[in-house]
Amino acid sequence: MKGWFGALLVAALAVALLFLILPIVAIFVDTQPQDLVASLGEEGALEALRLSLVCSAVALGIIVLVGTPAAYLLATRRFRGRAAVVTLIELPLVLPPAVAGIGLLAALGPNGVLGGLIEDAGVQIVLTTAGVILALTFVAAPFYVRQAQAGFEAVDRTWLDASRTLGAGEARTFLRVAIPAAGPGLVSGLALAWGRALGEFGATLMFAGSFRGITQTVPLAIYERFSTDFTGALALSAVLVALSAALLLSVKLLSGSAWLGGAAR
Amino acid sequence: MLRVEAATRLGAFALDVALEVPAGTCLALAGPSGAGKTSVLRVVSGLVRPDRGVVRCGEDLWLDTARGIDVAPERRRCGYVFQEYALFAHMRAWQNVAYPLRGLDRAARRARAHELLERFGIGHLADRRPHGLSGGERQRVAVARALARSPAALLLDEPLSALDPRLRAHAGRELAAVLAEAGVPALLVTHDFTEAALLGDRVGVIDGGRVIQEGTAAELAAAPASAFVADFTGAVVLTGTARAVDGLTCVELDGGGTVFSTEPGAGPVAVSVYPWEIALAPPGSERAGSAQNHLPVRVVSVTAVGTRVRAGLAAPQPLVAELSDASVHELGIVPGASAVATWKASATRLLPL
Repeated sequence: MKGWFGALLVAALAVALLFLILPIVAIFVDTQPQDLVASLGEEGALEALRLSLVCSAVALGIIVLVGTPAAYLLATRRFRGRAAVVTLIELPLVLPPAVAGIGLLAALGPNGVLGGLIEDAGVQIVLTTAGVILALTFVAAPFYVRQAQAGFEAVDRTWLDASRTLGAGEARTFLRVAIPAAGPGLVSGLALAWGRALGEFGATLMFAGSFRGITQTVPLAIYERFSTDFTGALALSAVLVALSAALLLSVKLLSGSAWLGGAAR
Repeated sequence: MLRVEAATRLGAFALDVALEVPAGTCLALAGPSGAGKTSVLRVVSGLVRPDRGVVRCGEDLWLDTARGIDVAPERRRCGYVFQEYALFAHMRAWQNVAYPLRGLDRAARRARAHELLERFGIGHLADRRPHGLSGGERQRVAVARALARSPAALLLDEPLSALDPRLRAHAGRELAAVLAEAGVPALLVTHDFTEAALLGDRVGVIDGGRVIQEGTAAELAAAPASAFVADFTGAVVLTGTARAVDGLTCVELDGGGTVFSTEPGAGPVAVSVYPWEIALAPPGSERAGSAQNHLPVRVVSVTAVGTRVRAGLAAPQPLVAELSDASVHELGIVPGASAVATWKASATRLLPL
């Protein structure tokens, strides 16, 4: 790359990289290893970590179970109103978390649209762990469905046709051909959704509250410590960064591996 | 016997075909791209439902729109070899072939898949993935996969066009043997008339969603129903055995006769020559000029195609000459007449078989 334009491009990348990396590096620079160990040993920290992992894993399970077939339908069928459905599913992507929280309360809260039904069934959602899972599912699902839909759309349609002529029904074609072929797209959607769920803050706070051991996930625990125990907040942040980075890395490795068809691309 | 009647709208034009393919024979539908060839295969396999139609294979009724019968593709038992083969990239070759095998345990499916691959001479490639195979190897995996569940009919979409041109003749002969052995009706579509002639017992020329003419390749070339068919049939193909003679290649034709070519060749070959390269001369005469090929022929048919005339000849292999009206009158070319077909060695192409 030669000339002033090349230099400009390099400079832009350097500035962007520096700006994006600096806060992350700062978290680790300011965290002493002993602080990390100490604050993790502190009451509530490990519990927050456990809640974050369990709630995001359950939310992800729900998202995959429902989102995968839904994305397949959107990718392979043409029907009236399809564009509207796709837009509605993508809407939570641009929704402010606070609005998501209010919306969930309005829908499922005690005085919400479905509140009466839920109360009659004897189920408690608001201010419970189940509420956290619902909030995470709501904000993270669109990330997965969008990626999964793109993944299925990229699958060669003649593969699906070939599978049918080879004696496989629609369900078997979906499981044996479409899912493995869309594998890299599904995994990257999973990573995006999981990252979003791990970092969820606003909607969880408004819908489920911040109770230690019940609804206080890591981001909420960080916020609680922020005003009183900055070192503790830093240490928890470092853990979250490490977790997210490990997630991103494992997804990159996974989608490049041959069993997902990554090498075939 | 495979019987197909289908009429349906297809974008800009309407598909309207009626076909019959007896068991153990191959009907090759040849036509330009966009003629509706692939749509016929999709209708037969059940991937597309026509507005009106009946598809019957042997005793089985697969489609009857009037009676509301439309059997799902997975229950039609069609072996479909797709254009570009549509092998599953996330599966090994043997897994592709084992995919249609159901109701067997993994070991039995694997054994059966290996057996099929072995039959096509690619048993040693069973563990490769499709992207690690050559075009010819992929084609064999695709054919093995299509045959794996003993189909009641075989459908082939441009089975040779994804191959290196040098491999096509060989792969074509191999495929013809497979089709004959399968003993089921085979329906093949191609944009290449030579390929259709090589693989089809009968050839149907399709254009604009309709079969314009159907017959043996020699019949179509000798008596085309329209200028389109005449243009489309292209070169005449003869078979024989080649050897080098005085800087030329001499081919002893199967059934008698000798022709010369400037192209190199040895052993079994296909000789191809365009009808418009061939002239006719009175019997016994030797035409002046550079034409090295003189083949005594008997005129079988005379068909006017636009301003030209096509003469079907028995040499004794079928041959076609395209002549002007004037020379037909001048030479008295009528069915039953004898003549000498002449053309240049340089207009004679050779393909190894």
